[in-house]
Amino acid sequence: MTAPTIEYAELLPMLIVFGAAVVGVLVEAFVPRRARHAVQLGLALAALIAAFVQVVRLSGTEIVGAEGAVAVDGPALFLQGAILLLSAVSLLFFAERRLEGGGDAFAPGASSLPGSEAERTLVAQRVLQSEVYPLTMFAVGGMLLFPAANDLLAMFVALEVLSLPLYLLAGMARRRRLLSQEAALKYFLLGAFSSAFFLFGMALVYGFAGSVRLSDIDATLGARVGQEGLLLAGVGLIAVGLMFKVGAAPFHTWTPDVYQGAPTPVTGFMAACTKIAAFGAMARIFYVAFGGLRTDWQPMFWVIAILTMVVGAVVALTQNDVKRMLAYSSIAHAGFVLIGVVAADELGTASVLFYLVAYGFATVGAFAVVTLVRDAGGEATHLANWAGLGRRSPLVAGVFALFLLAFAGIPLTSGFVGKLAVFSAAIDAGAVLLVIVGLVTSAIAAFFYVRVIVLMFFTEPAPEGPTVAVPSAGTTVGIAVGVAATVALGILPGPVLDLAQQAATFVR
Amino acid sequence: MTLGEIGEQTVSTAGGVFSAAWLLIVFPLIGAAALLLGSRRLDRAYGVLGCMAPLASFVVAAALFVAMLGREPEQRAISVPLYDLFAVGDYQVGVGLLVDQLSIAFSLLITGVGSLIHVYSIGYMAHDENRQRFFGYLNLFVAAMLLLVLADDYLVLYVGWEGVGLASYLLIGFWQHKDSAAVAAKKAFVVNRVGDFGMSLAVMSMVVVFGTTAFAGVFPAAADASEGWLIAIGLLLLLGACGKSAQFPLQSWLLDAMEGPTPVSALIHAATMVTAGVYLVVRSAAIYAGAEPAQTAVVVVGTITALMGAIIGCAKDDIKKALAGSTMSQIGYMMLAAGLGPAGYAFAIFHLLTHGFFKAELFLGAGSVMHGMNDEVDMRRYGGLRTVMRTTYVTFAAGYLAIIGIPPFAGFFSKDSIIEAAFANNFVAGLGALVGAGITGFYMTRVMLMTFFGERRWAPDAHPHESPSVMTVPLWILAGLSLVGGAALLYVGGGIVQWLEPVTGEEHVELGIPVWAMTLVILAVVLVGVAVAWQIFGRQPLPVTAPAGSPVTVAARRDLYGDAVNEAVFMRPGQYLTRSLVYVDNRGVDGAVVGTASAVGQFSSRLRRWQTGFVRSYALSMLAGAAVVVIAMLLVRLP
Repeated sequence: MTAPTIEYAELLPMLIVFGAAVVGVLVEAFVPRRARHAVQLGLALAALIAAFVQVVRLSGTEIVGAEGAVAVDGPALFLQGAILLLSAVSLLFFAERRLEGGGDAFAPGASSLPGSEAERTLVAQRVLQSEVYPLTMFAVGGMLLFPAANDLLAMFVALEVLSLPLYLLAGMARRRRLLSQEAALKYFLLGAFSSAFFLFGMALVYGFAGSVRLSDIDATLGARVGQEGLLLAGVGLIAVGLMFKVGAAPFHTWTPDVYQGAPTPVTGFMAACTKIAAFGAMARIFYVAFGGLRTDWQPMFWVIAILTMVVGAVVALTQNDVKRMLAYSSIAHAGFVLIGVVAADELGTASVLFYLVAYGFATVGAFAVVTLVRDAGGEATHLANWAGLGRRSPLVAGVFALFLLAFAGIPLTSGFVGKLAVFSAAIDAGAVLLVIVGLVTSAIAAFFYVRVIVLMFFTEPAPEGPTVAVPSAGTTVGIAVGVAATVALGILPGPVLDLAQQAATFVR
Repeated sequence: MTLGEIGEQTVSTAGGVFSAAWLLIVFPLIGAAALLLGSRRLDRAYGVLGCMAPLASFVVAAALFVAMLGREPEQRAISVPLYDLFAVGDYQVGVGLLVDQLSIAFSLLITGVGSLIHVYSIGYMAHDENRQRFFGYLNLFVAAMLLLVLADDYLVLYVGWEGVGLASYLLIGFWQHKDSAAVAAKKAFVVNRVGDFGMSLAVMSMVVVFGTTAFAGVFPAAADASEGWLIAIGLLLLLGACGKSAQFPLQSWLLDAMEGPTPVSALIHAATMVTAGVYLVVRSAAIYAGAEPAQTAVVVVGTITALMGAIIGCAKDDIKKALAGSTMSQIGYMMLAAGLGPAGYAFAIFHLLTHGFFKAELFLGAGSVMHGMNDEVDMRRYGGLRTVMRTTYVTFAAGYLAIIGIPPFAGFFSKDSIIEAAFANNFVAGLGALVGAGITGFYMTRVMLMTFFGERRWAPDAHPHESPSVMTVPLWILAGLSLVGGAALLYVGGGIVQWLEPVTGEEHVELGIPVWAMTLVILAVVLVGVAVAWQIFGRQPLPVTAPAGSPVTVAARRDLYGDAVNEAVFMRPGQYLTRSLVYVDNRGVDGAVVGTASAVGQFSSRLRRWQTGFVRSYALSMLAGAAVVVIAMLLVRLP
């Protein structure tokens, strides 16, 4: 038996990030507390940037490496690049320490009992919890692997590696800790539940195909007549596991609670990067492994896409919390991306890639703006508090309005180009009904986005309203990146669209 | 380089002075920007600053004209591309100028007469505290008007078209503190909207039919286009022309537009802007060539307006409104000629130019009278002014003789040409034009007699005096042009007909009787009109308050019920329409919208209950979802 060949250069982005995560754990053990925060942040950012550079250098690569477990191809590299950039921006928000009077968004001691003496001591000593950085790096590593995984086992490992740190991160909010811990627990329980579905589906598919390799599954699709029940049930259960991660209805129920309870920077990170990674994995598995079963799973995807768009857009109407509203908005967007996935061709893949990037930057930016609007109890997320914000701080309200317009898909923002790409791909693939539903729900969604804009700009400010905190340079830069990407992708989408088109071929 | 054909000549590009043609438009644009956006301190030099731009443009126009004279007659159409506005797929719009025999004639009129009126305004507006803004608007108008006549694309022409409309609106309402001025400006704007709507539909139709709005693309293709489309475009263009040129049935705004300062009335509402409709028809000769019914419509509109304007002019006691009626009538003549096709285009432009001279003269003369009479406009309060305002009287008389068509004054040549051409083509149109000439003789004599002759019916506090020389010098120049302009244009060089021939084509229809006989008939009719006016207004004292008058007089005083017709035909139904639309909107549309919104809202509240906050129910919904997914997957395949 020979040792397995590992293509280190091609896997380097993931290796860098995982390595940085492991080093981060060591830093936690050996570096003095005073310097730890800065070291962790620097290490994480440096690793992300180095990994991104390597991703850029790898562009054009199309190989299946690590003994068939990992594919390094256009979609994988494109999404890895997007995840790395968005993670770097998110880390800038994680590191924000000016808003909480020296603290960051995370509880100083996640294990201390909420409201206890121990917690108060830690807060008074201004202790910062720097474990968030290695945790985040592990999650990023999992996210990088998820869309690149070329067999079901690697995919499951990636799923768990990205999920477990997120469960922890979701429970670490400095304020409203009980809500945060409840969210983490819910996320964990339901995540475990969905992982079980995924695993069960995997087992069934393995039972049918005798392999977990995506290309092998594809090869056996037509070969074993009479046992399709096993395969189809497996496909359905794998879909359920992935639909949970992207937050598609009816597997979305965790999303609003977790998005609301998690620390807002983590919410932004989760909403953007998890969704990108999970859609990447979904597109790969349903294109490479189950592409031959298209006619079987497409109707199910249609129904889920329609349900997701309707639930996301309609329920968002009656939300009165900004974070919950954005959560439902992200559900609706998952539905729009599903339209592109249903197309299941290269045009569809390219549109999904573009949409995810456009959505990711706007989402990260929007959640970052939410962290700035504060009152005595921390972030003022109740929508009533946002009334008249445009009069008090036109810049912040204007930036938020830009992100909302991008979500609504108004021309000259990235959201419009993304929707246009997805819808035209779907029309080419004959999914006219989906596009009609997409347009109608876009119109419904536009209502609640614009409602917030009206609230901010055309309503009298509340007398005891929140203030807009002045953030540190890191957050400012992060939001500026989000704004720049949203505007640039709206006005000059050409280069990124071309890139997505070139990157739209999966290696088998 | 040849760029295709427009009319019967090829269009080429040329360097030298032609590549600087854009300066024509840019000078007044800079002037307008400086005066409107610049500091209030510029006000001290308002006269120099205001007049510099049109004078500079006039120099450019003259240089272009001289350069054009040096070229072969077939080589005189020069295209000056400036930049590409946009290109979407196959449809592209470039901004460029077309300098040819027609547009250069207009440019010279606009900048030449425009400069004189600017100079005159230095004196006329000297005591107005907003004179800087006034000159800014005037400059803006000149720029927009030049863009209108120089554009080589209907879309760009439309920009100028709207630009002059804007300037006209701003200047009619220049004394906005007067309620009547504000209302008049609004009326002009609204009525022009109707015309502009036709204009924009015409441009859109061109995009549909020809795929382009460039002259170079539209005109050659017009020969092969379907007649139905050509008629539609021709009629829509006519609607636009009716709005801008105050032709029937969109004539009502022009009389009210006299609320603007008198130089504005002279420049915009007599000499230049209101003739834009005639320019549009002449420029679109290629379209009308294939649309005979549209041409007939142009003739009908022109004839009706020529008579209507003349009748209205007979009854007005307000000197400016009498002249405005006359303007309508004279533009009616031009329209009539333009409707005759190649036989009349050159005469339309000829009359347009001479009219530009003598009508500007008449308006500026009227302004001079008003200047000396405390802004009194009622001619029943004038009388006997010839002794106290010698210059104004003499120059006004030159304009008077020109407009009624006494040889050798300018109007004689141009109006005779139109009446002859009308008779040669259509007896009814010719008769209308002839009668109109007689009425012109009547009402202009009336204005002359009431203003400068008879006893002095001045208001007690009136101390009439001659205007300063900054105002009288332009009067003298325009009087000179009214005297010799017609003969010069007709006979110097090859004359205007030959000059314009490459653009408009030429066609001569023989008159049934000798030309000299026709001329005598016309003169006789005019003299009858003059004699009747003398009988009524020259031989007996004039009452200061207007007598009740005959029904015809009453009707004419009320603009032949133009406003009443507008009110009955457009305004009332329009109001009913808007009211019922508001009703439908409130009950039907809003009801549907609000209903949908509340239905979605209720649906949302229902769905929201799904979100109980309990993990167990979330898990249950996931389980149910998973079950449905698996069963559905199996069901899709199994049957």
